[in-house]
Amino acid sequence: MALTDADVDHVASLARLGLSAEERARLRDQLSTILGHIEVLDRLDTAAIPPTAQVLPLINVLREDAPRPSLSRDEALANAPRQADGFFEVHAVLTGGPDAEEEAP
Amino acid sequence: MAVEAVRVDPAAGIAPGSALEFETVIGLEVHAQLLTRSKMYCGCLADYADAPPNTATCPVCLGLPGALPVANRAAIELALLTGLSLGCRIPGYNKLDRKNYVYPDLPKGYQISQYDLPLCAGGALTFVSGGVTRTAGITRVHVEEDTGRLVHRSEVGGEVSLVDLNRSGVPLMEIVGDPDLRSPEEAKDYLIALRQILRYIGASTGNMEEGAFRCDANISTRTRDGVLVGSKVEVKNMNSFRAVERALRFEETRQRAALSAGEAVPQETRGWVEDRGVTVSQRTKEQAHDYRYFPEPDLPPLDADAAMVATVRARLPELPLARRARFAAAFGLGEGDAALLTAEREIADTFEAAIGPEATPGEARAAANWILNDLMGLQGQRGLPPHVLPLSADQLRDLLSALAGGEMTARAAKELLPQVEPEELPRAAAARLNLLSLDDTGVVDAAVAETLAAFPAAVADYRAGKKAAIGRLIGETMKRTGGRARPDDVRRRLQAALDADG
Ligand SMILES: [Zn+2]
Repeated sequence: MALTDADVDHVASLARLGLSAEERARLRDQLSTILGHIEVLDRLDTAAIPPTAQVLPLINVLREDAPRPSLSRDEALANAPRQADGFFEVHAVLTGGPDAEEEAP
Repeated sequence: MAVEAVRVDPAAGIAPGSALEFETVIGLEVHAQLLTRSKMYCGCLADYADAPPNTATCPVCLGLPGALPVANRAAIELALLTGLSLGCRIPGYNKLDRKNYVYPDLPKGYQISQYDLPLCAGGALTFVSGGVTRTAGITRVHVEEDTGRLVHRSEVGGEVSLVDLNRSGVPLMEIVGDPDLRSPEEAKDYLIALRQILRYIGASTGNMEEGAFRCDANISTRTRDGVLVGSKVEVKNMNSFRAVERALRFEETRQRAALSAGEAVPQETRGWVEDRGVTVSQRTKEQAHDYRYFPEPDLPPLDADAAMVATVRARLPELPLARRARFAAAFGLGEGDAALLTAEREIADTFEAAIGPEATPGEARAAANWILNDLMGLQGQRGLPPHVLPLSADQLRDLLSALAGGEMTARAAKELLPQVEPEELPRAAAARLNLLSLDDTGVVDAAVAETLAAFPAAVADYRAGKKAAIGRLIGETMKRTGGRARPDDVRRRLQAALDADG
């Protein structure tokens, strides 16, 4: 399956990746090869097989609703490149919206 | 729904007075926080309201590599209970899926939700709107997890966003409604009824201000003849029932005006801006939602089998609408009073426990009046939450029996109520405050004599045949006993005195 540059750009933008022209061309070819490899599976006749979401023979693995200790804040923030006042700090998102707090899409 | 007039700019081309018959189509999506102690896929505390930022997190809800989620049984059961209370089908086999998108409040880069096989499907919500009983379809109920919270801050160097992940992984259910609602009022009444059910079954606090009950709306407009059809607009950021009604009313008007003026209503997402009373387009970059759902490999599928459904169904209480109808029929209460009494499960429980199973309609109505007038009045003055009355069922029962037995007058009870201590029985409080009915005939007789002396004109009127004049004398005598004499006793003594010496 041959991906187009537009396909690669779309996937890159969903992953918030900026690609140079050279990277895009290389990834386009690599991803096309990977998809082509997987396409082999299309040769199998799966008409009689129900869609499978999980290969393990498990169902209803649930835990009881019992709280357990959380990490300390210092531990939680330990790997954060930037932090402020106990928060993770990131580049501004969706500034200028109607509210100070934004909900995710 | 006929629309009498459409407010449009005459310059926009529609002849003044032309009557277009519009129809509004609304469907609601509700996200409700499930009332569990721990989060959806980890053991962190789910009640993040008062926790300082990032103090209720662990590798699972921080999305650290290698952490494995395990689903919370209570969350699954509460969502199932919700589905059953809405008459949903429980398909049995269902699964969890990854919904992929990149945003700083979503540390894993995906939200664990349910895509094509939800926990519950195809129910209905019956509610009362404008005095009419309506039914709206429920498309599905599924479980998912909340995101973190973002706070935006301006700094010297520019703008930054701060991320608090306490809310990350808190269990939510999404209740998707069919586009069966036809007006903003119906939308509001649907939400009120849905929230009431969730509170009755203990699935959610339904607290909108705290974000435990959130609503997005899809609203579109068309003319009845099908000539003008607008696209579906999604409205977000509505944080109260009133906001939902106002935002949808604004959209209804905006969309009708656009269609009347020959303009298109484009498909878009709009945000409600409360203080300006308008919706504004939230179109950022034109990017089709492409969530690339796929089955969650870290969580086995679920099977809500017959045994699980039966266990959960056994927890279903009598639901608000049924209880309201039963109260109205069994106790002769008006629809309005029955609705108020059953709006909160705890209040309906207090009412029933206080009057007992053998109550006569008269006793029930008396109890209802005390709750609806006096106790709810006091509840408001004290700023108590809507489901908390100032008296317990035991206290209310004691008060009602003291009133019925004449140990206390209604007037004394009204004075007493604000002074009853927590867990103190009203009879004991009345004794403490000297508000029990007067049994001392000497005091009552003295008050009668004083009144007769003070109001000779009323006495003369009564004796001249204007028997109604006794009302004034009863009131004055009661006043002289501080409201503690029994009115029927006072009447008898007054009548005896008036009829004796003439
Ligand atoms: Zn956690």
